[in-house]
Amino acid sequence: MKKEVKKQIKDQPESPRRKFLSKLWVALGVLALLELVGLVLTYLRPGKPRGVGDAGTIVEAGAIEKFPTNSVTAFVRGKFYLCRLEDGGFLAVSRKCTHLGCTVPWMAKEKKFACPCHGSAFDIHGEVTSPPAPRALDIYPVVVENNIVKVNTGRPIKRSEFRAEQVVYPT
Amino acid sequence: MKPTQQNHSVAEQLSLIRRIGYSIFPGMARQREKPRGYRHFFNTLILHFRPRAVPERTLRFTLTWGLGGMAVVLVFMLLGTGLLLKFAYEPFPGRAYDSILRLQNEVLFGQLIRNIHHWSANLLLVVVFLHFLRVFFTGAFHPPRQFNWIFGLGLFLTVLLSNFTGYLLPWDQLAYWAITICTGMLEYMPFVGAEVQHWIRSGREIGPATLSNFYAIHTAILPACIIILMAFHFWRVRKAGGLVMPRGPDEDAPSRGETVPTIPNLILREVVVALVLIAIIMAWSVFFNAPLEAKANPGLSPNPTKAPWYFMGFQEMLLHFHPLFALFVIPFLIMFALVSIPYIRYPERTAGVWFVSLKGRRMALVGAVAGTIATPIGILIDEYMIDFVAWVPGVPSAISNGVIPLAIILAGAWGFYSMTKRRYAATKEETVQMIFVFFVTAFVILTVTGIWFRGTAMKLAWP
Repeated sequence: MKKEVKKQIKDQPESPRRKFLSKLWVALGVLALLELVGLVLTYLRPGKPRGVGDAGTIVEAGAIEKFPTNSVTAFVRGKFYLCRLEDGGFLAVSRKCTHLGCTVPWMAKEKKFACPCHGSAFDIHGEVTSPPAPRALDIYPVVVENNIVKVNTGRPIKRSEFRAEQVVYPT
Repeated sequence: MKPTQQNHSVAEQLSLIRRIGYSIFPGMARQREKPRGYRHFFNTLILHFRPRAVPERTLRFTLTWGLGGMAVVLVFMLLGTGLLLKFAYEPFPGRAYDSILRLQNEVLFGQLIRNIHHWSANLLLVVVFLHFLRVFFTGAFHPPRQFNWIFGLGLFLTVLLSNFTGYLLPWDQLAYWAITICTGMLEYMPFVGAEVQHWIRSGREIGPATLSNFYAIHTAILPACIIILMAFHFWRVRKAGGLVMPRGPDEDAPSRGETVPTIPNLILREVVVALVLIAIIMAWSVFFNAPLEAKANPGLSPNPTKAPWYFMGFQEMLLHFHPLFALFVIPFLIMFALVSIPYIRYPERTAGVWFVSLKGRRMALVGAVAGTIATPIGILIDEYMIDFVAWVPGVPSAISNGVIPLAIILAGAWGFYSMTKRRYAATKEETVQMIFVFFVTAFVILTVTGIWFRGTAMKLAWP
């Protein structure tokens, strides 16, 4: 009995409407699947960074006089080094190695940033002196207002090499 | 109507416990001359998963070395201990490390459970790698097993990812920096690198969102993937008529031969392997603790900072190649080569013969020796003598330190291939196997170098 019913259904010529409807079902299913995948992806995506305004990311480094020329001062909270070059210019250099993201310590004796992970080295300008790092350390915008040095840690600037116009001079 | 009435009256005479028992196992209610014990039900349960009989020849231990079975046992041990760990672990950067300490110091057998999870995970990688080698060397990727080779590669990847995502969870220095450099690698992916990295890390740097991502992927998504893939993997083994039929180098493809009942012949062997494995892991975990270093400190990279040991091969390549090549071009080529292995046209199929043939054995040895000699020499030369970046100035380092060395290596491998093919008048299977052995040996040596021969600042050093 059951078999007969099945056979009957099979023998019926498929009407265009039935074909259309079953295709519609498949399309709906695919759509639902895509929605699900999209939803999962948005869950994995990072949330919007809180406090996007500059107020939260500007670090007041201190008065100009606090930084002798040819010195490097670490700012742990801001994750950068404030370098004062020999000519008195400032450069806020990221502490993140451009190779694979390790934290580079400043070697005061050898006057270089030496990455402990894969042996890259950078000079006081953040310029690569020894590979495998492919480009100079990122920098952050520096402004000098009323003799106070301020660094905007919210806006890292990628650069391939050191250029003179990256240095900020106190006026 | 009559029989039902009778049953009804019988049921009324039975105790409650009996009736519940029969409701679970209806077969028990039938009156039999010889009552069947629990054992019968257990056996029928097993026979839902295993064939009733297996060819006697495939029972030989040296066909499989029990590796597939070991992998299954380890997966289940990982699921079990992982479930227990979930009760103690808190996936927040400020608390993860302390929750591990609390687990180890205050929870009954907490340290032991963590040790078992840790060592099983590491052993699982080794076991699936050996299983992969076994399948390749017995030619168990020929039709009808072609696609199961792909399932196997998929499982290998998920196991690798499980280990990798689990690595971050303790939130100690080792974990933090290993994951930093591993996710740092993603940035070099062409075009989409920064996006993908941002996505995996859930932010610019590793932080709370990264940990919760890794936690969800490690404890839910990957286990589900592994279980589903495993089911398909086993189903395809059944579909292929069981294991590959072992034979000697000069034997013809044998028929199924004599078959023996699965219970007890196969099951007993499997149980023995499982019990021995569990015993070894337990004993090992009692004496060796899973490593836990100081709490993660984003301001201080330890020197040297190394990737997890199973990524050491890639880390080593990173020291020699431009990152684009070390992390994407070469892994992509490896993956492509592995996937295409079962789809190459072979003039004859030698499934079941270890190392294809007698000549294949000799050639595999040649490949292994060549790999063992060439790789360390290559590492040393590149470390102390070659500097393409300085030699070929004016071109991007992706070419000078990527295309050029890779071309040299591939040309060398091609020369080696055609030379030995002529020298030995070998079949395609034998030469493909030799090249496979050559590269596997090279990769193993790269991994060993990365683990033991890299000291401070990643300079070559004695262990």
